[in-house]
Amino acid sequence: MSYFRAENLSLHFGGLKAVDSVSFAVEKGEILSIIGPNGAGKSSIFNLISRIYPPTSGKIFFEDQDITEQPAYDIAGLGIARTFQNIELFENATMLSNLLVGRHRHSTTQLWQELLFLPSVRAGEKVHRRRVEQVIEFLDLEAYRDKLISGLPYGVRKVIELARALCSEPKLILLDEPSSGLNVEETEDMSFWIRDMKSELGITVLMVEHDMTLVNRVSDRVIALNYGRVLAMGSPSEVQRHPDVVAAYLGA
Amino acid sequence: MRFLFKTDYEDDIRLFPHSGYVFSYGILIAFLLIAPFVLSSYLVSQLVFVCIYATVGVGLMILTGFTGQASLGHAAFLAIGAYTAAYLQQYDVPFPVYFLAGGLLTGVVGALVGFPALRLTGIYLVIATISFAFIVEEVLARWESVTHGNEGMRVKTLSLFGVAVPRDGPTFYYLCLAVLVLTIVGTLNLLRSPTGRAFVAIRDSETAARSMGVNVSLYKVKSFAISAAITGLAGVLFAHKLSFISPEMFTLQLSIEFIIVILIGGTFSLHGAVLGAIFLVMIDPFLTYLKDDLPGIIAGIAAAFGADSVTAGKVHSNVAAIASANGLKGAIYGVIIVLFVLFEPLGLYGRWLKIKLFFQLFPLYKRATFKRQKIYVKSERNR
Repeated sequence: MSYFRAENLSLHFGGLKAVDSVSFAVEKGEILSIIGPNGAGKSSIFNLISRIYPPTSGKIFFEDQDITEQPAYDIAGLGIARTFQNIELFENATMLSNLLVGRHRHSTTQLWQELLFLPSVRAGEKVHRRRVEQVIEFLDLEAYRDKLISGLPYGVRKVIELARALCSEPKLILLDEPSSGLNVEETEDMSFWIRDMKSELGITVLMVEHDMTLVNRVSDRVIALNYGRVLAMGSPSEVQRHPDVVAAYLGA
Repeated sequence: MRFLFKTDYEDDIRLFPHSGYVFSYGILIAFLLIAPFVLSSYLVSQLVFVCIYATVGVGLMILTGFTGQASLGHAAFLAIGAYTAAYLQQYDVPFPVYFLAGGLLTGVVGALVGFPALRLTGIYLVIATISFAFIVEEVLARWESVTHGNEGMRVKTLSLFGVAVPRDGPTFYYLCLAVLVLTIVGTLNLLRSPTGRAFVAIRDSETAARSMGVNVSLYKVKSFAISAAITGLAGVLFAHKLSFISPEMFTLQLSIEFIIVILIGGTFSLHGAVLGAIFLVMIDPFLTYLKDDLPGIIAGIAAAFGADSVTAGKVHSNVAAIASANGLKGAIYGVIIVLFVLFEPLGLYGRWLKIKLFFQLFPLYKRATFKRQKIYVKSERNR
C-alpha cells in the first residue's frame, strides 16, 4: 500500500475539468514533482488535498486512511503541511508568531489554562519555541525573529512560509512552486533544503514546480499534467523525453 | 538606547521585556492607586468611566483588532451584562455571583452571534452585528416583565460581602480598576498562547490558518464569546455606575463610541484600548469647556483686535450658538475618525511609539523612518 494515494481524483467547475480523474501515489520518503503548463491543474490538486475545494469525485488516502471527507483544519493534524503559490503569511505578525502558528496542531492547552497562563502553558510554549528554533536554524532565518512579515522581502517570506510548514513537523509536505520569485542562488538554497528535508527530517515531499533545473536536481519521480490529465509519470529524464509532454510544452 | 540580549526563551514569553517596563508601569499603578485621594471627585468619576470603556475596548480589541471581525453590536453585549445585573439584584443575589453570571450569559449570547458571523465578512458582518444590537434594544424595550421596558430599571447600590460600595466612592473605582487590570492580564496571557496566535492567524489569512490546523470556525466563535463576555462584565459595572439603566442608553451611538475607542487608540494593541478610552471619556469635559469658555475667549480676542462692544457681543453669541449646536459631538467624532484613519492609522499608540523612538534615537531620528510602513498601511486601506 502506498503512503499517499489519490484515486481518480476529479474537480469540475461546471463544464471545466480542472482535474480529470487523476490517480497517483507517493511512496514514503520520496520527492515527487508535478509539472505541467499553466492551468494544467497542478495547484488544484494541492487545493483538493488540503481540502480547500471538495473533489467532484475520487478519493484521497494518507497512511491508508481515507481523508477525502476530513475537514480542512484536520489535514494539518494528520501531518500534511503545505505552502502556497502566492505567499499566505500572517502579514501583521512577527516571524516568530508566524512560525508558532505552525505549531498549532501540537498545542494541547485549554482556553482557561491560557487565560491564567498556568505552568503547563508556559512549559508548552517553551517546547514549541525550541522546535521553532530548530527550524529557524535549519533554514538560516536567525536574522528575522522579531521582524514583521510586512517589512520583509519576497525571497525571505518564501523561506518563512516553508519554515512555518516545517514547524508543524509534517510527515508529508506539499510545496506549491517553492522557487517562484526566487533568484538563482535562492533557488539553489531551496533545492538543498528540499533534499535535506527528505534526508535529515525524513519528510515526504510532493511539489509543484516550473523550474526544471530544480525538478531535475531534487525529484525522485515526476508527474506531467495537462488539461487536468496525467500525461506521463516516471523519472525526471523519462518524463521530459515523453512525446506527449514535449507536445504539451512546445505545441507540436 | 537599550539593547536586549535574549538568553532564554523566557525572555520572549514574559510580559515585561525588561526592568524599565516594571518601573514605569509600577509608577502608573501607584498613581492610579492614590488617584482618589488627590484628584477631584469629578475626575475620579471620569476615571471610572475610563476603566469601564477600556474594559469594553479590550474586549472589542480581541474581536476586531486581533481576530479581524468587525462588530457594531457591542452596546448590546454591554446591555445584556447591565440588565443581568439589575435583574438578579432584585432577588438579592450577591455581587460576585451576578457579576460572573453577567459575563457568562453575555459570553453565551456572543457565541450565538458568532455562528452567523462564520459566513459573513467585512461590511456584511458589520450589518449583521448592527441588526443584532437593534434586536436586543427592541427586546429590552418590549420584554417588560423582566426589563420594565422603556421605564428602565433602578440599580441598587453595590454591596460587596455585606459592605455597601457607593458608585462615586474610591472602593468602586478600585473595583473597576481591578477588573480592567485583570482583563488586560488575561488578554495578554491569551495573546502569548496558542489561542491568541490562532486569532491573529485568522485575521491575516484564513486559508493559511486553516492549512496550519486552526479550526477557523471554532476560534471565531471563541473570539466572539470572549469579547462579549468581557463586555458583559463591563456592563455590570456600567449599570452600577449609572445606577439607572434603560434601553435608549444602549444605542448604535454607544457601539460607535466603542469602535472609536479602538480605532483612535490603535487597532493592534491593548495600549490602544486604554488610550482610546481616555480620549473618549475626556472629550466630554472638553466639549463642556468649549460650550462655556470658548465664546468668551474668542470675543475677548475680537475685542483685543479693536472690535467694538456690539461686534464682540455678536461674535460671542455666534460662537456660543456653534459650540452648543446639536450633534456637535457626533460631528467632532466623525472628523476625528477620518483624520486618524488618514494620518495615523495606528492610532494614539502608534503615535506614542514614534515619539518614544524619536527620543531613543535622538539626534539620529530620520523623518523617513516610518515612511515605508505608512505607505504599506495606506496601500492596504485601498485594497
